[in-house]
Amino acid sequence: MAVVSISRVNKIFGKPGANQTIALQDIDLEIEQGEFISLIGPSGCGKSTLLRIIGDLISPTNGTVQVNGKPAPQARVDRDYGIVFQAPVLFDWRTVERNVQLPLEIMGKSAEERTRRANQMLELVELNGFQKHYPYQLSGGMQQRVSIARALSFHPQLLLMDEPFGALDEITRERLNAELLDIWSRTKTTIVFVTHSIPEAVFLSTRVVVMSARPGRITEIIPIDLPQPRVFETRESPRYYELITQVREALRGSEGMKV
Amino acid sequence: MTESTLPGALVTNTEEDVLEALGTDVTVPAPSRARSIGTTILRFGLVILIGFVLWELAKFLFGTPWRFSTADGAWFNLVWFPPYPIKFASDLNMPHLWDIFNALILPAQRNGPPLVAVLAQAAVVTMQAAIVGFIIGTTLGLILGTIFAHWTLLERALVPYVVASQTIPILAIAPMVVVWLKAGWWSVALLAAYLCFFPVTINTLRGLRSPDPRAIELMKSYAASRWTTLWKVRYPSALPYIFTALKIAATTAVVGAIIAELPSGLGNGLGRVILNFNSEYAIRPPKLWATILFVSLVGMLFFLSVILVEKIMTRNMRKLENQA
Repeated sequence: MAVVSISRVNKIFGKPGANQTIALQDIDLEIEQGEFISLIGPSGCGKSTLLRIIGDLISPTNGTVQVNGKPAPQARVDRDYGIVFQAPVLFDWRTVERNVQLPLEIMGKSAEERTRRANQMLELVELNGFQKHYPYQLSGGMQQRVSIARALSFHPQLLLMDEPFGALDEITRERLNAELLDIWSRTKTTIVFVTHSIPEAVFLSTRVVVMSARPGRITEIIPIDLPQPRVFETRESPRYYELITQVREALRGSEGMKV
Repeated sequence: MTESTLPGALVTNTEEDVLEALGTDVTVPAPSRARSIGTTILRFGLVILIGFVLWELAKFLFGTPWRFSTADGAWFNLVWFPPYPIKFASDLNMPHLWDIFNALILPAQRNGPPLVAVLAQAAVVTMQAAIVGFIIGTTLGLILGTIFAHWTLLERALVPYVVASQTIPILAIAPMVVVWLKAGWWSVALLAAYLCFFPVTINTLRGLRSPDPRAIELMKSYAASRWTTLWKVRYPSALPYIFTALKIAATTAVVGAIIAELPSGLGNGLGRVILNFNSEYAIRPPKLWATILFVSLVGMLFFLSVILVEKIMTRNMRKLENQA
């Protein structure tokens, strides 16, 4: 069964008549259990909007979104997904540990369970020992790891990531890419990942969804057949470059030869 | 906030290993320059001292002739003629500091208790009203701010009236409130509350809206209720805004209570004392000046106690928030 199933979704911003923007047009997408899907496209193509619609942070103008066979709002109430934004959005009056525990606290888990799971998650993102630190004591990359740990703390089946590494430097970004793949293979979480970076999308994904702007549409879905697990050498294989070229050309096509 | 790289000596071995493995540098803020209340008061005292020196310097240059002498003039008897006398700095407008402080100790009325005692008694009356007013006003402000933050419709409908309420001079409504309520110092407290609630309402509203919209989206994704979001995200984020407002409200409450006492004809607060010394100003200026000093000291004490509460609260909130 598909984890996410989007059919004929449109999103129009603004009131009818005066300067309406069609953010998304006729989006159809099925995401299977355990997939790693990247949404890529020029800015303004609605990839973040699509992510927010999947997460029921905004609702589509029309069309349906099913998550785990339920309508998206129900999936949100059932806490079926975790979110990671481009900024870590940590709460600076809480320690690292208590930031990770926040969703569990809201779900009314016991103190022991919260501590246990937070430790487990911090171990997963390689931040063990930083439990009692405050966010401002961590570097940007570490803060983003905390926010990933927080999103995964309640074991959601679906992880929605909106350019999570966009604000980080290239070196940190590549390291976190590798870590994310590791987390993905260990937790079997389905991931929907929004990015601007073609190499990042190719390196991480099982499928890359290429979108075009105004109106936001899916122009091509490119399966990434690089072998798993993806390692450092993956980035040096000829197939990796072929796929990067393929995605780049798809993007160029979607922009109508403007790039 | 300035940040500096954490010296290796402060990192434990395990952390260092992790850091090395990750190649990330941990940053911590420079040692916080949080001033203790003691130094705050010290600095404050220094400024007052400078003020006093400047005051007397002005007297020295522009004032009325001074006489330095022992009581009967037997030991020495000097007179200083300031070089550039100006009316503004005359003894009638700017009494000497020692005259002002002396006025505090001298009886306010013939054979009565010293002025300080009179002022202290009046201050107790006024401060009661001010503190009760402060509590009522800030509570109302917190509630209104919270309501407005959640219901935009109410905000749009009511905030203009909240603002309008503050454009009415309190002197105009004070007699009405006093007559309607026939409640003595309670009406003074209500008038103080009337002045207090405004900054608290506006700042609470602003503070509750201050969190990153994505923080609210995160809470939404955890299916957190509005109430949970309010307690876990909005109020903690609003705290600095709220305390700013409380500081404003603390001073406003004192001034508000004093002003409210004037037209209401309540007999034993600071307002009445000021009114009395106002009429005596032409002949005995030091009394009014002494009263002003005293009143500002009282207001400052109230302000300082709010700061104290803020320090205690923010410190303990962190602790509380991070226990569990």
